[in-house]
Amino acid sequence: MQPQQPPATDVLKPSTPPFWRDEAKRALVFQVLALLIVALVSYYLYSNTQTNLERQSIATGFGFLDKEASFEIGETLIEYSAADTYTRALLVGALNTIKVSFIGIVLTIILGTVVGITRLSSNWLISKLAGAYIEVMQNIPVLLQLFFWYAIFYEAFPSPRQALNPFDGLFLCNRGMIFAVPEAHPAHGAMGWTLLLVLIGGYFLNRWGRRRQAATGIPFPALRLTFAAAIILPLLAWAVYGAPTAMDIPELRGFNFQGGVTVSPEFSALLLGLVIYTSAFVAEIVRAGIQSVGRGQIEAAMAVGLKPGQVLHLVVLPQALRVIIPPLTSQMLNLTKNSSLAIAIGYADFVAVTNTMINQTGQAIEGVALIMLVFLFFSLSTSLFMNWYNKKMALVER
Amino acid sequence: MSEPTQPSREYLAAPVLKIGALAWLKDNLFNSWYNSLLTVITLLGLWYLVPPFFKWAFVDSLWNSSAEACRDIDGACWSIIPNNIKFIILGFFPNGEEWRPLLAMFLLLALVVYSKERSRWNKYLGWFWVSGLIVMGTLMYGGIFGMTVVETAQWSGLPLTMMLSFFGMVAAYPLGVLLALGRRSKMPAIKTLCVVYIEMIRGVPLISLLFMSSIMFPLFLPDGMTIDKVLRAQVAIILFTAAYIAEVVRGGLQAMPRGQYEAADSLGLNYRQTMRLIILPQALKIVIPPTVGILLSAFKDTSLVVIIALYDVLKTTKVTLSNPKWTGYSTEAYIFLAVLYFICCYAMSSYSRRLEKELHTGY
Repeated sequence: MQPQQPPATDVLKPSTPPFWRDEAKRALVFQVLALLIVALVSYYLYSNTQTNLERQSIATGFGFLDKEASFEIGETLIEYSAADTYTRALLVGALNTIKVSFIGIVLTIILGTVVGITRLSSNWLISKLAGAYIEVMQNIPVLLQLFFWYAIFYEAFPSPRQALNPFDGLFLCNRGMIFAVPEAHPAHGAMGWTLLLVLIGGYFLNRWGRRRQAATGIPFPALRLTFAAAIILPLLAWAVYGAPTAMDIPELRGFNFQGGVTVSPEFSALLLGLVIYTSAFVAEIVRAGIQSVGRGQIEAAMAVGLKPGQVLHLVVLPQALRVIIPPLTSQMLNLTKNSSLAIAIGYADFVAVTNTMINQTGQAIEGVALIMLVFLFFSLSTSLFMNWYNKKMALVER
Repeated sequence: MSEPTQPSREYLAAPVLKIGALAWLKDNLFNSWYNSLLTVITLLGLWYLVPPFFKWAFVDSLWNSSAEACRDIDGACWSIIPNNIKFIILGFFPNGEEWRPLLAMFLLLALVVYSKERSRWNKYLGWFWVSGLIVMGTLMYGGIFGMTVVETAQWSGLPLTMMLSFFGMVAAYPLGVLLALGRRSKMPAIKTLCVVYIEMIRGVPLISLLFMSSIMFPLFLPDGMTIDKVLRAQVAIILFTAAYIAEVVRGGLQAMPRGQYEAADSLGLNYRQTMRLIILPQALKIVIPPTVGILLSAFKDTSLVVIIALYDVLKTTKVTLSNPKWTGYSTEAYIFLAVLYFICCYAMSSYSRRLEKELHTGY
């Protein structure tokens, strides 16, 4: 259905045109028609659904959320048992999605930036290797990569009894990665709080430093100070609490490991696949962003007498980031959406939990609606952030 | 006025480090201390990784043997591929009819190769594609010219992957253009509908649409009416891809200067003529590279139909691996599949890069 505009020659005839040549009226008719079609189709589908649901005696509404889920979930961030409600199960799934997405995003940005910068290196060997990595990983479907890593965990790695032990405290076997962690101690809490305080303090110090520089021209090394404090002060807190060094080392008992932290093969494969796939795209974005800063900019900055560090910090990065951030956010969003592929290798993310729920209750419509709502929430909040960011960046422009 | 001194005829040989292989090594691998360090570390890493992989993949490997022979070797068992190639590629297509999917795939390949030349891009090409796809569908489904009917449930393997992606692309493209036009429309109701549709689809993962098509959609239909599973997945892929194409096309429409619209108006063209003759040809041309990118990811995304239990090439591979005879050779099978996907995708992406270079001519 193509909306039409009347030809512009009507000026010759100022008398009111017939209604089918009047732009405003015709537009109105089109819109009413379009809305009517949408409404009719929706009503048709709705009534079909109603009869189908009644015939198959499937309940409607979200009442089932309070019922007992009665299925186990392999890995959970919060307490969960089969006796809990569906709401709790969904929460566990959502938290698992957030967990893998968050860790994935952090690792992807690091790996992607490294590969992107490597691609631009003057070293022929590593530049070509980075190029090959980007080409190969971008061009293999992410689902295939997930299957591949999962198969590696299940087939190439031995059983716990013959677990690979590349160095002390780390075991690799088909039950996942098991590694040693420091034993729980109040010192760790104190370290965390100190770090948080340092970061908050650093934020305000940085603001103050900038304001002073704007007023007096004297720079203040706020970032370096914060960085140093972020390392030294938590260590001090650790020493104050008696410097505990006890480790929780995994040990083989029977058929499996006790102690330490276990990262399941499902989670590892999902994380590995998502990070490797997405970082190939991020690397291209980073490369393009850095290349978008004109050579003249760098030369001008050096001519003004800035040091290489300052050139990078004050001239290149701010401009490159403006190019990098928008596509980068959409890649982060892609990673979050792709984490829904977890269902294919059995990691209990939100989609997998919802799918189990649908199979148990038969309430497909509510289930799919929940999946869509949760992901729409992620997407829309990201695009809100993007709009804010673009506005903020637009102010910086000339 | 003295005679200008003639330069000496005896040339010195260039310094060893300025020309030839050594100079190349110095300039590209050892041009600073940290680059030298990086080179050495990388070479060491490669030394530890590449020879064992080479040994595993080529020296200790078996290429065409029985499954039993594979159990006795340390290397790769590539034999899983030749032994199961028919099932991996063609899946459950009935015996004796294999020429049909093979011919269909060949036809598709021929179409793709034919369309590569830009000089052949005219209005007939579109019809070529439509008729080519119809012939492909007929070949696969059969029912005429004495070909037995093959239900879509039996479509599997590479032909299914190709049908899903190419039908998806061909159908999603016009839909995406319409959506983009709708989003730029001055009519608020149409614009809102298009914006809601595009943003909603782009906000959710493809898998939720596939779920919708496989478990939710049957509830929408009146009693007794069923739509086949492959078609439902196909529609989901089309709807999904169209939203992404719409955004790309919108970018092209926005890049059109106002003067183009005004010029069309002053010639007395109506909306449809303006779009068809002036705006779309230019707008679609500048968005060809990102469109190829979308099509590329649509092609990769068809592998997601595994999750709703359609037998695309990834699923047939998994079925092969679940055969106890061949269990344990996932790495080999997945590497084979990865190479297959890589060849297709790399061809597409390097083609898109070439196009980008060719089309980068301003207006």
